[in-house]
Amino acid sequence: MRIVAVADRRAPLTATRWFPLTVGALTIVAVGVIFEVLLRIGVLNRYIIPLPSEVLAAFERIVAEEGVIERTGTSAFEVLTAGFACIAVGVPLGVLLYRFNILRRALEDWVAALAAAPIVLAYPLFMVLFGRGSMTVIVIAFAYGLAPIVLKTVEGLSETRSVLINVGKSLNLSEAQMFWKILFPSAIPSIFTGIRLGWTFCVIAVIGVEFLVNLGGLGQLINDLAERYDMPGTYASIGFVIGISMIFFIILEWVEKWLQPAR
Amino acid sequence: MGSVQTATRPGVSLDADKPVLIIDDVYKTFGDAEEAVTAVDHVSFDVKPGEFVAVIGPSGCGKSTLFNIIGGMLGEYGGDVRIDGERIAGPHPAVGMVFQEESTFPWRSVIDNVAFPLELRGVAKSERYDRARHFIGMVGLDGFEKRYPSQLSGGMKQRVSIARTLVSNPRILLMDEPFAALDEQTRLLLGDKITQIQQELKQTTLLITHNLTEAVQLSDRIVVMTYRPGKVKRIADIDLARPRTSDVVGSDAFGRHVADIWNDLREEASRGMQESEQVARADRRRG
Ligand SMILES: Nc1ncnc2c1ncn2[C@@H]1O[C@H](COP(=O)(O)OP(=O)(O)O)[C@@H](O)[C@H]1O
Ligand SMILES: [Mg+2]
Repeated sequence: MRIVAVADRRAPLTATRWFPLTVGALTIVAVGVIFEVLLRIGVLNRYIIPLPSEVLAAFERIVAEEGVIERTGTSAFEVLTAGFACIAVGVPLGVLLYRFNILRRALEDWVAALAAAPIVLAYPLFMVLFGRGSMTVIVIAFAYGLAPIVLKTVEGLSETRSVLINVGKSLNLSEAQMFWKILFPSAIPSIFTGIRLGWTFCVIAVIGVEFLVNLGGLGQLINDLAERYDMPGTYASIGFVIGISMIFFIILEWVEKWLQPAR
Repeated sequence: MGSVQTATRPGVSLDADKPVLIIDDVYKTFGDAEEAVTAVDHVSFDVKPGEFVAVIGPSGCGKSTLFNIIGGMLGEYGGDVRIDGERIAGPHPAVGMVFQEESTFPWRSVIDNVAFPLELRGVAKSERYDRARHFIGMVGLDGFEKRYPSQLSGGMKQRVSIARTLVSNPRILLMDEPFAALDEQTRLLLGDKITQIQQELKQTTLLITHNLTEAVQLSDRIVVMTYRPGKVKRIADIDLARPRTSDVVGSDAFGRHVADIWNDLREEASRGMQESEQVARADRRRG
């Protein structure tokens, strides 16, 4: 009787940590199987959509023959360079915008506009300025990733609870102490959100520009394979990029949690 | 350690009847000439060393404004607030403030919150942790040193704020409705803690509150304020014996004091209620 009761009280299957992950994975498998069947019986055109089984098989090939590891290294280098440059420029710029109201009124709308602008359309200009190489990719990715970090830094500083500032005032903090001991730590969660957004844009920009101008890393690989009309290879490399990006953001989340305990 | 704390506090027993804090004809308005709101209207009283004084009044009567003036947070005001004969024009090191809103630093552990004022003064880590631990124990949070505020209840966070203020050995502890957001039971128990601390440290305290039982439970004197403009209606002596605990709440003398002050307060509170109802009605008419 007691055992039954305990069993009844156990958390339902849907509440476990693995349930959503399993459902997600099974959904992908199911979609793959459905496409496989539709393609094989001729409902869908095999020349436009490759067989999922062939895509799966192509993974090994692109890793072995297309230098995927090296290309991942190139793209990762570009993302990280642009990403850290965004932090190095964006956070101080955000602080300046917060500190000097005139600067903020002058620049904040422009920064917001930068966030919305399709900068990638200006890639020929960037190529003229920075050459047909990694530098161009990095600069464009930098332009994409900068705005969210600036804006989130300003937001985080501005949203410091006034009572915490009053605690600082009552203790006679100097302006520098007020910044380093109260404003900045209070803004850190928001700055992290900005960094996560900014780095997402950096990843998208790097892969996109590589694809667009046929340059360097993983983006170029997709372009190459598509031009060779290697459909399974193209899809496999797209899948590879998605997988790598997911791993990248999982790591970023870990780092973020590790840096801010219990908030 | 406790005896060291009190012995290093200057000016406590030198001249016990000379007020440490004098509030003399203090006056404050907000806004422009026509729409000006008088928040504090010629308020005068004083606080003697080791004394526990409460300021009570309905919401909106100017209590927080007075708190901010005494704490030096509002630069401009009429009249004088004096500590040691010196007029307050900015934060004074002799005054330790505890704010009405929750004010712990969420990015610091309990011990680093409490040690914060010492850290600013460059006190070495081991010493400031020792002193922080002393006050953490005093507010009854032993064992929570490493926790972060997000892991604490509202009452515990408010105790962290109080310990953080006490760690600087302020000659005057100034608190603005520190327990307003807490339930009645927690409030009574924290009241006990405050009484204990006050007795242990001979801590001169000025407590702002709108809670009648809290004021009577803790105070030697109660300054009753009127609803807008905030004037002193009466200053009542509370002669309940010390040391006190929350048991005092059940005594006849306690009940008499509460009834007595409520008599004065009721008029003001109902005036406050009527005015805010009028405002609400006017707002609704305006849509
Ligand atoms: N910074 C301010 N600007 C304008 N009016 C204020 C300001 N602070 C307080 N007041 C007004 O002064 C009055 C008293 O407020 P406050 O001191 O907060 O009262 P209490 O703390 O007793 O509730 C209120 O009518 C409030 O609207
Ligand atoms: Mg108030």
